[in-house]
Amino acid sequence: MKNISFTIDGRECTSVKGENLIEAARQNGIFIPTLCHFKHLNPIGSCRVCTVKVNGRTLAGCTIDVEEGMDIEVNTPELLDARKAILEMMFVEGNHFCPSCEKSGDCKMQKLGYEMGMRFTRFPHLFVDRIVDARPERIVVNQNRCIKCKRCIEEVITTDGYKVFNFTNKGNETKVSIDYEQEAKLSDAQAEQAMHICPTGSILVKGKSFSKPFGDRQFDLGPKGKMIRLNEVKKYKTTNKKKRIATTSLAGCFGCHMSLLDIDLGILDLIELVEFNKSPITDIKKFTQRCDIGLIEGGCCNTDNIEVLREFRKNCDVLVSVGECAIWGGVPAIRNTVPLEECLKETYLNSITSEENETIIPNHEDIPKILNKVYPNREIVAIDYHIPGCPPNANHIWNVVKSILFEEEYSIAYPEFKYD
Amino acid sequence: MKRSRLLPHLWEIQNNYGYIPDHSITEISQKLNVSKIEIESVVSFYHFFHLKPTGKYIIYLNNSIISEYKGFREVKAAFEKETGCTFGVYDKNPLFTLFETSCIGLSDFEPAALINFHPFTDLTPEKVKTIINQLKSGVYPEEIANNPVSKIQYTPEYSKTVFFRNYTIGNSLKVLKNNSADEILEKISLSKLDGHGGAFFPTATKWEYCKNSNSEQKIVICNADEGEPGTFKDKSLLRNLPGLVIEGMIIAAYVTGAEKGYIYLRAEYKYLLKKLEDTLKEFEEKGFLGENIFGINNFNFSIRVVLGAGAYVCGAETALIESLEGKRGEPRVRKYFPTEYGYLGYSTIVNNVETFAKAARIIELGTDFFTNLGTEKSKGTKILSISGDVAKPGIYEVEWGITVQEILDLCQATSPYFIQISGPSGECINNKEFERKICKEDLLCGGSIMVFNKSRGVFKILRNFIQFFKTESCGACTPCRAGNQILYEKIRKFERGLCSQVDIDEVKNWGNIIKLTSRCGLGQFSTNTFIMALDKFQDYFSLKTVEVNKNLNVEFDMESATYDYDEVIKNTQH
Ligand SMILES: Cc1cc2nc3c(=O)[nH]c(=O)nc-3n(C[C@H](O)[C@H](O)[C@H](O)COP(=O)(O)O)c2cc1C
Ligand code: SF4
Repeated sequence: MKNISFTIDGRECTSVKGENLIEAARQNGIFIPTLCHFKHLNPIGSCRVCTVKVNGRTLAGCTIDVEEGMDIEVNTPELLDARKAILEMMFVEGNHFCPSCEKSGDCKMQKLGYEMGMRFTRFPHLFVDRIVDARPERIVVNQNRCIKCKRCIEEVITTDGYKVFNFTNKGNETKVSIDYEQEAKLSDAQAEQAMHICPTGSILVKGKSFSKPFGDRQFDLGPKGKMIRLNEVKKYKTTNKKKRIATTSLAGCFGCHMSLLDIDLGILDLIELVEFNKSPITDIKKFTQRCDIGLIEGGCCNTDNIEVLREFRKNCDVLVSVGECAIWGGVPAIRNTVPLEECLKETYLNSITSEENETIIPNHEDIPKILNKVYPNREIVAIDYHIPGCPPNANHIWNVVKSILFEEEYSIAYPEFKYD
Repeated sequence: MKRSRLLPHLWEIQNNYGYIPDHSITEISQKLNVSKIEIESVVSFYHFFHLKPTGKYIIYLNNSIISEYKGFREVKAAFEKETGCTFGVYDKNPLFTLFETSCIGLSDFEPAALINFHPFTDLTPEKVKTIINQLKSGVYPEEIANNPVSKIQYTPEYSKTVFFRNYTIGNSLKVLKNNSADEILEKISLSKLDGHGGAFFPTATKWEYCKNSNSEQKIVICNADEGEPGTFKDKSLLRNLPGLVIEGMIIAAYVTGAEKGYIYLRAEYKYLLKKLEDTLKEFEEKGFLGENIFGINNFNFSIRVVLGAGAYVCGAETALIESLEGKRGEPRVRKYFPTEYGYLGYSTIVNNVETFAKAARIIELGTDFFTNLGTEKSKGTKILSISGDVAKPGIYEVEWGITVQEILDLCQATSPYFIQISGPSGECINNKEFERKICKEDLLCGGSIMVFNKSRGVFKILRNFIQFFKTESCGACTPCRAGNQILYEKIRKFERGLCSQVDIDEVKNWGNIIKLTSRCGLGQFSTNTFIMALDKFQDYFSLKTVEVNKNLNVEFDMESATYDYDEVIKNTQH
C-alpha cells in the first residue's frame, strides 16, 4: 500500500491509499463525528452525521476512501452547522427523554450532542407515538430512541449466519424490527453486544440496564479539562445598573430551582451583585420592576403557563429557558404522543383508584385549561438563551447568568453540560 | 430460487392470496437461507405487497396534486361510502380494500384509480357508485375498466418529429450490421444525447464506461419506473412505440456487449405489460432478440420485463438495481457508478425509456437529423406530459428550446400562475419566467409540466409535494426521512396562518441542509420547490404570513391548543 497525501481544511495529511476517510482523518488528528460507521463494516452512509466535502462535493465521510490529492473540507462553518442540524433532526424525530433512558450517559448520540454544544434543537419535536417491543426473549427494542443507523442490521448475526434485525416499511414509517425466532438463538454475550453497538438506547437487554450510577457512566466526565464549544453565544444588552433577576417554574418540577440554589455559598456573593424580583425564591408574585434576566423553568402545559411566560417576556430584557422542560417540553412532554382525551380519561376517570361515575375531569373557570400538548417556551415567546440539563448543573446556570449580566467570557466544562 | 427472483415470486403470492401470508414468508426465507425478518423487510417496503389479507378488489386511488385539484376528496369519500371501507385500513371486507397511492401516470385523466391494476379514469362520486355496484354484482374490473390513451396533442412538422413518426420494426437495427460498436457510439455522442430520465447524464459517456469495463457480464436496464408525479411521457412511448424502446436497448447491448437486458416496469403500468411482452416475442420471432441478432455473429441479447411493486424511489438507478436483486429499494451509497458495480456486481447501464427510444431514432435517422434540431446543447425533441389547468392535457413532442409561453399557448392554459417543471423534484416558475426556454442552457425539463392557475393555493401544492417525499423516501438516511417530516409540519403551520419571516428563513436554511446532506437525489431535490416558491411567490407568502411580533411573542393559536380540553369536558360532563 502506498502512502498518499491529501488536504483536510487546507492542512497537509498523509495516509495509505484507500484508507477510509474517518480513519485517515483520525490518524492525522482530525475528528469526524460518526454514528453509523463501524470500522470493519461496509460503509452504510445512513446517519449522515459525518457529512464532509470532497473536492467540493458533499458526501458522507464514512463512504470515502482517501486518494492522492483529495481536497477535503471537514470543519467549515457550513459543514459544522449541517452536521449539528442532522443530529438535531435525530433528536426531534425520535422521543429522546434522556432522564428516563437506561442508556443515558452511555449513549453515543447524546455524547455527540454534548460535543457539538447542542443546547436546543432548531426543529420542533415531532412527538410521533412509537412502540416499545418487549416480546423478544432477552432484548427490548425501544422505537422511540432508534435513529435507523442500521448498525444492528449489519452487525447482529446469529452463530449460524442469520440476521436478527431489519428495516420494515419505508418513508417516515421506516423502523427497525426484530426477528423473534433468530433473537432467541442469540447467546447472552451476543445480546449484550447488540445493546453495545446500538449508539442510542434503542436496543436494551432485559436486566442489564441502569447498571452504572451517575458519574461512572462512559460519557459522564469526558476528556479531562475539555470545554464545550458554544459558538452561538450572542452579546445581550441589559438596561439596569443594579442587576435584577426574575424566575418562575411553569410545567416543571422545581428541580431546576433546586439546582439554582446548588451553588452553595456562592449564592451569598451573588446576592451582593443582583437582586431577585418576581420569583418563588422571594415570593414576589407580581413584577415590581423591569428585570435584566428572566429564568424560566418548565414548558407550557396549560393556559396559565402561557400567560406567565408572556408576562415574563414583557418584563425581562433577556429570557432564558432553563432545563429540558423549558427547552422542548422534557419529561412532561412524554404525554405529547398520546391524545389529551386519553390522558385525561386515564388519569381521572379510568384509573384504578377512581370509582365509576364518582370522579370528573377537573374544570372550573378559576383553574387553567390543559393544552393539547406541552409546548416548549420558544413556541410561545422569543427565547434568548437555552441551558440544557435535567436539571442543569448549577455552575452552568450561573456561568451563563454572569456572562449575560456582566459580559464575562465563559465556557462550560464537559461534565457540566448534560441532558439528564 | 435465486434472490433476484424475489419480486416476481412475491407478485405471484400477492396475486394468489391477495397478500403475502406468514407461511409463504417462512417458506421463502427457508429457500433463500435468510431470516424471516429479511423477507418481511422487503415485502413491507413495497406499497403493493400486503402483509395482511385484502379484499377481492384492491383499489388504489391516486392522491397526486392534480388529482387533489380535480376532485380527489369527493371521490375518496364516495369510495368509502359505497364500499363501507376506510382508506389505508385492512378492514377484513371480503370484497374491497382501499389505499391511496402516489401518482399513477394518469394526470390527464384525474381523479384516477387502479382497481386490481386496471385503470379507472375521470372519476366522480356518481361513477364510483356505478363501478362499485357493478363489482358487487360480479362484473370483472377488466370488463368495465377504461382504456386511457394519452392524446398526442402536438408534434412538430414531420421533418422535425423524432418520436411520433412512422415506425417500422427493425429499421434502426439494420444500421448495426455495417457499423462497429465504436461507430455507433460515435453517432450517439455526436448527437449529444443526454439521459431523459431527469439527470441528463451524457448517454454516450455512460455506454462507453460500460463498454470499456472488463466486467465478466454487462447488463442493460430500461428504467420504466416513471414515478415522478405528473409524468406520463414514458407510458406514451411504451404504449405507442414499444418496439422503438426495445431497439434502443438492443443498440445499447451492441455497443456495450451486454447479453442480458431488463425492463423495470412500474406495477402501475401493468396494463401495458401484455403489449410489451408481445412486442418482445415479435422481436424474438424476427431474430432481433436472441442469438446472432440480425445475423451478426455472437451478438446475443435477451430482455426480460420485471414488475416493480410501488416505490417511487426505485426509479433512482441504484435503488432500481437493488430492487431487481430482490432487496429493498434503497439507493446505494455513492461510491461506484453502476457501470463500475451494478446489477449483481456487473457493469450495468440504466437508461430511461425515452433515452432508448431516442437512441434508436438517432441510429435510424442519422446524426445530421439531430444536430440541426433543438439548441446548441439539447438536440432533437423532447416529450412532455402536460396536465393541470389546461384545456388540452396530454402528450406534446416539442423541439428543445421552446419557450414556456409557447407551451402554455399550445396546451391552452387558463390564467397560468404556478408552473411546476419536472414534477415535485423539479422547480416551480412564476409568470415572470414564461419566456424561459426548455433546454440545457436554460430550464431543463424531465418531462412533466403541471400548470396551476391563480385560484390554486400554493400551500396546498407544496403540502402535497412534501407529503409525497415523506412517504416515498426510502427511509434510510436521516435528512430526507426526518427532514421531510419536519418540513411537513412547517407547511401545516403556514397553512394555519402561524408563520412569519422567521419561518420563511428557517425553511430556506433547513431545506438547504436537507439538500446538502441527503444520500440520493430524492432527498437532495425534495426541498427545491419549497425553497424556490418562497422567493418566486413572495406576494402569496407575504399575504399569508404574519408580522414578527414586537413584544417578542410568537404567533400561537390558543383556541386550537385548548380545543381538545374543551371537547373532553363537553363530552364527559353535562
Ligand atoms: C428519486 C429518483 C427517482 C427517479 N425516477 C426515475 C424514473 O422514474 N425514470 C427514470 O428514467 N429515471 C428516474 N430517475 C433517474 C435515474 O436515477 C437515472 O438517472 C436514469 O434512469 C438514467 O437514465 P437516463 O440517463 O437515460 O436519464 C430517478 C432518480 C431519482 C433520484
Ligand atoms: S435521500 Fe431519501 S430516498 Fe435517498 S437514500 Fe436518503 S432517505 Fe433514501
